[in-house]
Amino acid sequence: MINSADKLKVDRRDGKLVMAQIYVAFIALLIGGLAGLLQVLVRSGRFELPAGIGYYQILTVHGVVLGLVLTTFFIMGFMQACVSKTAGTFTTKQRTIAWIGFWLMTIGTVMAAVMILLNEASVLYTFYAPLQAHFLFYLGLTLVVVGSWLGSAAIIMKYAEWRRANPGTPSPLLTFMALVNVLMWIVATLGVAATVLIQLLPWSLGLVETVNVGVSRTLFWYFGHPLVYFWLLPAYMAWYVIIPKIIGGKIFSDSLARMSFILFLLFSIPVGFHHQLLEPGIDAAWKFLQVVLTFLVVIPSLMTAFSLFATFETFGRSKGAKGLFGWFKMLPWGDARFAVPFIGMLSFIPAGAGGLINASNQMNQVVHNTIWVTGHFHLTLATAVVLTFFGITFWLVPHLTGRVLTKAINKLALIQGVLWAIGMTFMSGAMHAAGLLGAPRRSAFSEYGGAPQAAEWIPYQVAQAVGGSILFLAIILMLYIFVNLAFFAPKGEEEFPIGEMSTHAEPAPMVFENWKIWMGITVLLILFAYTIPFIDLIQNAPPGSKGYNNLW
Amino acid sequence: MHMHKFEKVWLIFGVGTLLVFLTVLGVSAFYLGNQPPSCLATIDPEKVETQAPFNEPGLKKVEGKAWDYELVFVAQAFNYNPGDVEIPFGATVKIIATTKDVIHGFEVAGTNINMMLEPGYISEHITTFDKTGEYLILCNEYCGAGHHLMTSKIEVVES
Amino acid sequence: MAKTELRKNVKTEVEDRSSLKGTLASVFLLGFFLIVSWVGVFFLFLDRF
Repeated sequence: MINSADKLKVDRRDGKLVMAQIYVAFIALLIGGLAGLLQVLVRSGRFELPAGIGYYQILTVHGVVLGLVLTTFFIMGFMQACVSKTAGTFTTKQRTIAWIGFWLMTIGTVMAAVMILLNEASVLYTFYAPLQAHFLFYLGLTLVVVGSWLGSAAIIMKYAEWRRANPGTPSPLLTFMALVNVLMWIVATLGVAATVLIQLLPWSLGLVETVNVGVSRTLFWYFGHPLVYFWLLPAYMAWYVIIPKIIGGKIFSDSLARMSFILFLLFSIPVGFHHQLLEPGIDAAWKFLQVVLTFLVVIPSLMTAFSLFATFETFGRSKGAKGLFGWFKMLPWGDARFAVPFIGMLSFIPAGAGGLINASNQMNQVVHNTIWVTGHFHLTLATAVVLTFFGITFWLVPHLTGRVLTKAINKLALIQGVLWAIGMTFMSGAMHAAGLLGAPRRSAFSEYGGAPQAAEWIPYQVAQAVGGSILFLAIILMLYIFVNLAFFAPKGEEEFPIGEMSTHAEPAPMVFENWKIWMGITVLLILFAYTIPFIDLIQNAPPGSKGYNNLW
Repeated sequence: MHMHKFEKVWLIFGVGTLLVFLTVLGVSAFYLGNQPPSCLATIDPEKVETQAPFNEPGLKKVEGKAWDYELVFVAQAFNYNPGDVEIPFGATVKIIATTKDVIHGFEVAGTNINMMLEPGYISEHITTFDKTGEYLILCNEYCGAGHHLMTSKIEVVES
Repeated sequence: MAKTELRKNVKTEVEDRSSLKGTLASVFLLGFFLIVSWVGVFFLFLDRF
């Protein structure tokens, strides 16, 4: 029975829904990647943008298109595919809701993109009030978020349906994980929805004259950190559940995987202050409290690291590996579905080390807003997460389009992963180094009035341009692979790999599915970490800021 | 729920390390006073230049305080006032800064002086300039088209 | 039905599977990398004014 369920494909109608979102994600990769290439070239000091295009306009494109569009669309599609596969095909109603969500997200993306291209919204994707964009930019991004809520609603409804039909049984692991991620997403996006709907939209429409900058930033970063976990958890879904199947091993522990996801739900939200450590309006004690909570969210990642190594070692030993690290050689290095996400896993080690440093309260002064931070999230998001998404693409797209990943394309995919690793080592490495010397992020090329310190940064910026150009080649290669898998690869059956528990594994405790407990603790932790400093920001607010829309 | 013995060892080691980090940070911040800038004082962003101390930007000697000098900076798109400043070697200085318009950064490259300037708020940082040399001040928070041209300079000189 | 039989085999299988020495070594290498990076930047913080 398990075998026939394994062969079951994602329903064709659900497959269309998923593919629609993946198409948008890869269009975003092309546009955002091109913007990224232009940025590193400008910053090397050897290239100027033609036709009056602004550096910060390109930077806004890069951030919005890759940070919000590619991620949200791919994640929604991937999670819906996982739920459809493991909890069953969506009902017509659920699928219709998800489609409406897709169209809202797409319309919103187009609105925001048009405003950025008209240079009405060069405010970067973190908003930066009192810089004031055109109201259609804010409205477009609102539609992206609201659309993602509808896509999430379809997942929640499917889960609820499965729960009712299977009382007393733990839900399928992938469905459980997708559910945790959308619950976290909904709680987190309430913050950005609040600042956009209550503050930025009325202000950009001229209905109110001023904006409370401290409150706006706090609401944004309440959303901004769980946002990065919203990107990471789908990658963890693949690492915990899909990679074990690809290598031919077993899931190390179903229960521990669920526990780590619950910990992410609890601790990834009440930590936004670690992005605001150097802001004047927040009390130092509350900052430190959120630093402590930030360190707690490291724990599930420590658990994840152990689980992954254990999966690999157990598999290797079952194949007769000897010695301390003999199992490492047994892994299927020729399989891009494994090897490319594995590069992502490796990159998460320096990424995690950098993250700990960023969040370390006063140590943030060494790196805040330097290009070190850019180097950091190009390891987390732009390597660990993105390479895992590529790894998923290698089987998910042919699975949905009824094609196969051929040997030749697999080889190309391996080359793509290696190119990415080389390019990112140059770019992110140079960013980390220059950042420690003080080079700022989000800045066009500048010699800073001939300052000797700024002259020291330029060789690193050239290295970034070299790395960035290699990364752009990797992106082109990836787009070629994607188009092949979507339209041209030979017809056939590509497996949707879902890892199995080892035969003696104990079933996951049902307490993990008691959402009253987990959502209750989540809300309590948020109230604990935010209530007093937030009231402070409102009660002791300075006079509000009027909007500035003529500075770019 | 079963947890492998080695995983327990790893988690105890990992959590222990995190606790050590937090203790070091906590002692340094709360006992030795190395807090990130969290001044909490506010000001009307439209009236910055008429209010003390921002009506007189620059370095000023002070008496009877825990620091020797106060260094006042006013930021606006896209410059800082003062445009450069000399500080005697070894002086303990309280830097007091704010912005007249949008959000700016205030970073002295190669030092721990790094703070956000937000309209309506005053940012402060106290430090002792115990290395001579020329230090670039730059805006590290996006503020508009001239963001990367916004600079100033500190020279720490032997007195 | 086959469950009880399986249960009996669990003990021995667990012992075999328990060879996670490589995993322990790997995570500790990872842990030391985290510590070295953090301490490095902390000293930079201490050294700078």
